Amino acid sequence: MHASVRPAVSVNVNPPTVTSGREAATPASMRMNINKLNFFYGQKQTLFDINLGIATSKVTALIGPSGCGKSTLLRTFNRMHETVRGTRLQGEILLDGQNILSQDVTLLRRRVGMVFQRPNPFPKSIFDNVAYGLRINGSKLPIAEAVEKSLRHAALWDEVKDHLHKSAYELSGGQQQRLCIARGLAVEPEVLLLDEPCSALDPISTAKIEELLVQLKDLCTIAIVTHNMQQAARVSDYTAFLLMGQLVEFSPTPQMFTTPSDPRTEAYITGRFG
Amino acid sequence: MNPRLRWRKFVSNFMLTLTGVCAAVAVSALFFILGYLVYHGGTSINWDFFTKLPAPVGETGGGMANAIVGSAKLLLLASLIGIPIGFFGGIYMAEFSNSSVAFVVRFAADLLNGVPSIVIGIFAYTIAVLPFKHFSTWSGGLALGFMMIPITLRSTEEFLHAVPRALREGSMALGASRWRTIMSVVVPAAYRGIMTAILLALARVAGETAPLLFTALGNRYWSPGWNQPTASLPAMIYSYALSAFEDWHRQAWAAGLVLLALILIVNIFARVILARGAAVPRS
Amino acid sequence: MATSTTTVPNAGPTAGSRSFLSRLRNGDEIARIITFLFAASVVILTVLIVLQLWHDSSLSRSKFGWSFFVKRVWDPTNDDFGALAFVYGTLVTSSIGLLLAVPFGLGAAIFLAELAPQKISDTLQFFIDLLAAVPSVIYGLLGIFIVVPLMREYVQPALKGTLGFLPLFQGPPFGIGFLTAGIVLAIMVIPYIISVSREVLMSVPRDQREAALALGSTRWESTWKIVVPFARSGIMGSIFLALARALGETMAVTMVIGNTPTISASLLSPGYSIAAVIANDLPEASGIYLHALVELGLVLFAFTFLLNGFARLLLVLTTQKGSGMGHV
Repeated sequence: MHASVRPAVSVNVNPPTVTSGREAATPASMRMNINKLNFFYGQKQTLFDINLGIATSKVTALIGPSGCGKSTLLRTFNRMHETVRGTRLQGEILLDGQNILSQDVTLLRRRVGMVFQRPNPFPKSIFDNVAYGLRINGSKLPIAEAVEKSLRHAALWDEVKDHLHKSAYELSGGQQQRLCIARGLAVEPEVLLLDEPCSALDPISTAKIEELLVQLKDLCTIAIVTHNMQQAARVSDYTAFLLMGQLVEFSPTPQMFTTPSDPRTEAYITGRFG
Repeated sequence: MNPRLRWRKFVSNFMLTLTGVCAAVAVSALFFILGYLVYHGGTSINWDFFTKLPAPVGETGGGMANAIVGSAKLLLLASLIGIPIGFFGGIYMAEFSNSSVAFVVRFAADLLNGVPSIVIGIFAYTIAVLPFKHFSTWSGGLALGFMMIPITLRSTEEFLHAVPRALREGSMALGASRWRTIMSVVVPAAYRGIMTAILLALARVAGETAPLLFTALGNRYWSPGWNQPTASLPAMIYSYALSAFEDWHRQAWAAGLVLLALILIVNIFARVILARGAAVPRS
Repeated sequence: MATSTTTVPNAGPTAGSRSFLSRLRNGDEIARIITFLFAASVVILTVLIVLQLWHDSSLSRSKFGWSFFVKRVWDPTNDDFGALAFVYGTLVTSSIGLLLAVPFGLGAAIFLAELAPQKISDTLQFFIDLLAAVPSVIYGLLGIFIVVPLMREYVQPALKGTLGFLPLFQGPPFGIGFLTAGIVLAIMVIPYIISVSREVLMSVPRDQREAALALGSTRWESTWKIVVPFARSGIMGSIFLALARALGETMAVTMVIGNTPTISASLLSPGYSIAAVIANDLPEASGIYLHALVELGLVLFAFTFLLNGFARLLLVLTTQKGSGMGHV
């Protein structure tokens, strides 16, 4: 069974503003392209022939039941899979047309940032957490200015501006996660990857972060993994549905959730399995 | 790639290589030690070494039979003190005690464990040598036994604790008494770890010299019974190494090789075979 | 008028009212008592040691008081004792030992925790554990016959040749002395730093490292700026443990330090340590001389106790990290 996706995926997915659907989009509207991606953990293959595009300045959601490979896929986008021994990748992943696999990984990770499932601020002050990336990578703006800018983008500035030198651990879970977002934004990435960023948070914090993501689109392209379908429906412009390591369907979000093309997608969305 | 990134990557590779060098240096120390001992002492290990007494001062030849026997006697005595107290005390801690008593005992054991061996030696000197006005084997054994106690106690407690509740409950549900449960079910389940700890404790005190300097002292002859000073391998190494005689230096190397070989064999046996991956106490 | 009473049949003794003897008949109670005695003996022993040391240093303590620690003189014939030379020697050799052991030890621990694949890391750690099992007298043996000649023929002349203008490297290169003892101590304590630091580094949560890498750190940056600081208290703990070990180290130091009570800025000078003077002089000493030596032993005991206590505290603190305590 092939990773058949309709409409045609790879380089030619249409941006959502076009109502019908078959116009070839220019590559510039795809920030990242994933072509024929196969992923192996030791002898076991966990991703099969994935072809996908991440649209610029849009939110793309990866959904699917647990174990389907969505986090694995997301982590290849900034080559975080390389921190685990025994992983292997075949295929290509393009960022602005260039294969990330042949680039310098440190440089790549500045351009493609990541926010993790559980908030993981460093044992430093709020200020130093955001400043960390700036200090190692260099910053165009003075550090304090850049930190303020990021905290504002993460909708956290007002809550912490008088406490910048307090420990990050004194923040609540939701605030810590927004701090991690600010930390990631500080280095001005082109793409921000979020791996189930709200799964450890309460509903109110979750709502705040979902609001944030929609606003962040203008700053950078967003790819988010979520096990919460409603969240995907609320927040994303495109959704990819994965099942057992295969990309079953990839469509603009409204279309995926109202008229899914694949029966498996429909089964998942209507809750027949999870 | 901009120059700043190039520099950062260079620093990264350089520093990480340096850490590898540090690890190599540290591990190689062990092999250097063994190497030197084998090189300098290997040829002196012969039948004489194990069977003869030391030759009169100034003469070459002779062996360390009395030191080997002496060390064995000291270790026997140390075990008689260190193992029962540690083992049964550990059983109390794990099976019977409440948390405040356990805290006090644990604190005392940790304190005892941290006492430098020479201070244990001072203590044994003041209670077992001075009042009797002579050095003796049993005072040496006493000192070494004191050093073994905290190790065996903490290890017994730890390994007994690690035995799952379910095992205990199963036995007691069949009507076995607490004591029966402990001896027939819990201790056998933990015996591997406890044995490992005991062996490692023995290996550790076997190499101790400082406490023996003021208790068992040394002896160039056989030391019958327990009431006389006795030679021991570590003490012989110490005095021979510091002496002016070439021949004694040679014998010190041989003794060092024998002592270290025994200690390492016990360590390897205990850690690899007995413990089989279970958490092993650090000395 | 007779009050009617109902006689309740004797329901048997409740637990609280059983006599001691009947509880004793229960094997468990005996077991509890006996094992308690064994456990209690440990406490009694420890108390006894402290008391005995205190008692047997009384002559010296009362005669010299606190000035014991700042006096340089050590004169058995005139019963005048001051510990300064020994404290100095102990501190200098231990400091050199740590100064050398910490960078190498931490570096090795970083390699084992961050870089080496699990199997290699475990194997190397096994060798490190064996290194920790090497007895002090063997280090002394190698110290006398290998390290001292090396120092005398090569290292010390080289140091004098290059840095001889410093007060640190004055005097003839005997081969023995503070520096040599410090070097031997360094090798002896390095396994402690490595073992504990490695464990502590390995317990740093994975996602700290990942967060650093995801921001574009190099591997070294993520290790040095994020992981190591996260484990900072545990690493400090390992250093305190190593220091405690170094302070009490007797045989190896005695064999290479020179056993002369000197206070000198030069690392090439022979010296003396607390443990060494006790080892050499105790059996011959009596009276106030003996008490002075026991007092030295008491000092050693106190310092190692404090250091071990701090170390334990720091190690406990690391395990609480990440739950909102402390920041770097």
